[in-house]
Amino acid sequence: MGFLKNKSCRQQITDEHRPCQDSGRREFLKKAVKAAAIGGTAVVTGCQAPGLLGSKEEFALQFQEYFKAHYRLMTEKERDATINRLERLAKLQKNVDVQISSKEAMPGVLFGYGFNVTRCEGYMECVSACVRENNLDRKSNTQYIRIFEMEPGQMTPDAGKGKFFNEVPVDGRFYMGAQCNHCDNAPCIKACPTKATYKEPDGIVVVDYDWCIGCRYCMAACPYYGRRFNWNEPVVPVKEITKKQHYLGNRQRRRGQMEKCTFCVQRTREGRLPACAEACPTGARIFGNLLDPKSEIRFVLENKKVFRWKEELGTDPKFWYFID
Amino acid sequence: MTQKSSVRQMIGFITDVTRWSLSGGIGYQLFLCLLVVFMMLGVFAYLVQWKLGLAVTHMSDIVSWGFYIANFTFLVGVAAAAVMLILPSYIFKDKDFHHVVIIGEVVAIGALVMSMTFVFVDLGRPLQGWHILPIIGLFNWPSSLLTWDILVLNVYLVLNMSIPAYILYCHYNNTEPDPRKYRPFVFISIFWAFGIHLITAFLYEGLPARPFWNNPLMGPRFLASAFAAGPALITVLLVIIHNTTVFKIPKQTFNKLRLIIVISAIINLIMLFSEVFKEFYFPTHHSLSAEYLYFGLDGHNSLVPWIWTAISINIIGTLLLAFNPGKNRPLLLLPACILLFVGIWIEKGIGLIVPGLVPSPLGEVVSYAPSWVEISIALGILALGMFVVTMLLKPALIIEHRFKSEKPS
Repeated sequence: MGFLKNKSCRQQITDEHRPCQDSGRREFLKKAVKAAAIGGTAVVTGCQAPGLLGSKEEFALQFQEYFKAHYRLMTEKERDATINRLERLAKLQKNVDVQISSKEAMPGVLFGYGFNVTRCEGYMECVSACVRENNLDRKSNTQYIRIFEMEPGQMTPDAGKGKFFNEVPVDGRFYMGAQCNHCDNAPCIKACPTKATYKEPDGIVVVDYDWCIGCRYCMAACPYYGRRFNWNEPVVPVKEITKKQHYLGNRQRRRGQMEKCTFCVQRTREGRLPACAEACPTGARIFGNLLDPKSEIRFVLENKKVFRWKEELGTDPKFWYFID
Repeated sequence: MTQKSSVRQMIGFITDVTRWSLSGGIGYQLFLCLLVVFMMLGVFAYLVQWKLGLAVTHMSDIVSWGFYIANFTFLVGVAAAAVMLILPSYIFKDKDFHHVVIIGEVVAIGALVMSMTFVFVDLGRPLQGWHILPIIGLFNWPSSLLTWDILVLNVYLVLNMSIPAYILYCHYNNTEPDPRKYRPFVFISIFWAFGIHLITAFLYEGLPARPFWNNPLMGPRFLASAFAAGPALITVLLVIIHNTTVFKIPKQTFNKLRLIIVISAIINLIMLFSEVFKEFYFPTHHSLSAEYLYFGLDGHNSLVPWIWTAISINIIGTLLLAFNPGKNRPLLLLPACILLFVGIWIEKGIGLIVPGLVPSPLGEVVSYAPSWVEISIALGILALGMFVVTMLLKPALIIEHRFKSEKPS
């Protein structure tokens, strides 16, 4: 059947969980010690289920979290403090050790993205990689990336078919992705009443999740369907949680918060590719620094036939489609 | 007047107002109990939403605003419509309107309370609401139209509470209010009434992502429909007051209100016709929302019966009020006003919000109907608004009646 190559892949996002990145003997020992400690206390305390508001420590942490400032207005010390609290909360609530980074934008970097319409064959590896990397809610099946199956003659994702369950690729059809365009002139930022969504110096449009009040005006303002809302408390199986996180990126979101693609800020600020670009089996996804003349994205912009979606709206996206 | 006696007077005013608003016949008490029951239903539904998140509504990432925001939009219009009584009575010194202006102002307060509560229940994280407050939070003004709306709605609420409160307090003490003290604020509130509804329209009008909303007619049309729906509601209220209290409304007031409603309703229909013409004479990609609303799209036609009902009863109501075959008799006046009110509620509520969001920017079409939680919360908020109006209106009418009967005319 050629199933491995031709996947009908919408449903198979969660079946494989990525191997723990830093699993080693030391990590194993650390975990074993911790598990023993927890087991010990459970025996001593009679293994009480946590109360209505969780443990006393959990409540104290959440109380302090409630009064914290907007991320951009925090001092270095306040950022460290909130990250410590969040890491501790993850430990208390889910018993996972996450590392939350607050790495700033690198100077001289402006991120841009290219999507090769000719190459994409609709396998949707990007979608599942994104879901895993960014700890997206499995309960409501949240996805930042959408792939559309296009008939010849169509040239914008909204004209294509967003729900297709056939094997891919289909002869005579082509595929287009849609995700946050990280507009330079972003309507969502203009709309947000609390400045919870804003543009970082490297051009990434981010949401300070904890500052968002959940009014969803940004969602109405976005012409690219780039934003997702947490209608329910997001659920990620503990085994599948990506532990390397960023405050503005893939850390745990809560019910009532807006979220969106961050160009995988937790990866790209470390010099790695976004999960979608790395996962793409056909090399249709190009990512890089627009200010670096030697970058791949600059090569694409200078040598390929590129276009942007809904250019007429003046949003100035940093997401280009191109044709080989 | 010494400080002490004025404090005592104020205390007397407050206790009397409380006493008057809570005391009444058995029918009145039953009515209040009924409102409390509905408010409790709303509170219960909100607790469910609190516990499980907005997932209990039928909103989704595509229809991200639904029944709550639809009602919010409509009720801002009802609040703004008080200006149709304030303008003639304070500026043109119209006697017939001056007699009932307090009723218009109280309706505005009730509508504002309701519309703000609707926004509150729509928030994903209401506990974080302080993030939007100026100084202690981050107030994205002047960039975000939502901050403008918060600003104008709250100021309008303060204006509409303080002007009548001052006038009523003077009437309670049997003195003439000093126009120099309140007239400047009346002028401000008139401009403000247009402001609240224009800015609420700009909330939608300013989004190029949504072609159905990104339409310069939105603001003027909001005003026209509001000045029809608001006075229609006030007419209904006046008929009830006229028939159940000693506070009698002159016939002339009804006639003048009817004229205001008819003119606004006709302007509203002309603008509606103009919009429909634009969408369907030469349909473009941007007309898909209108097609979804009026005829259904891809088999999703849940809004179709609603919008055609709305347009039909809009036209019937307007015709009934324009030709006035009942000669202002409540038997015909009341149904006509109710028809018009409901028609505009559908058309400007759910008929405006949902098609703005469908098809989604990715071209996806879905259906939306409010869930039981949304409907229960909306009923609760409606009861809250009626409760506020009742609580304020009853003492206000007693004071006004006493003042008028004691005044030698």
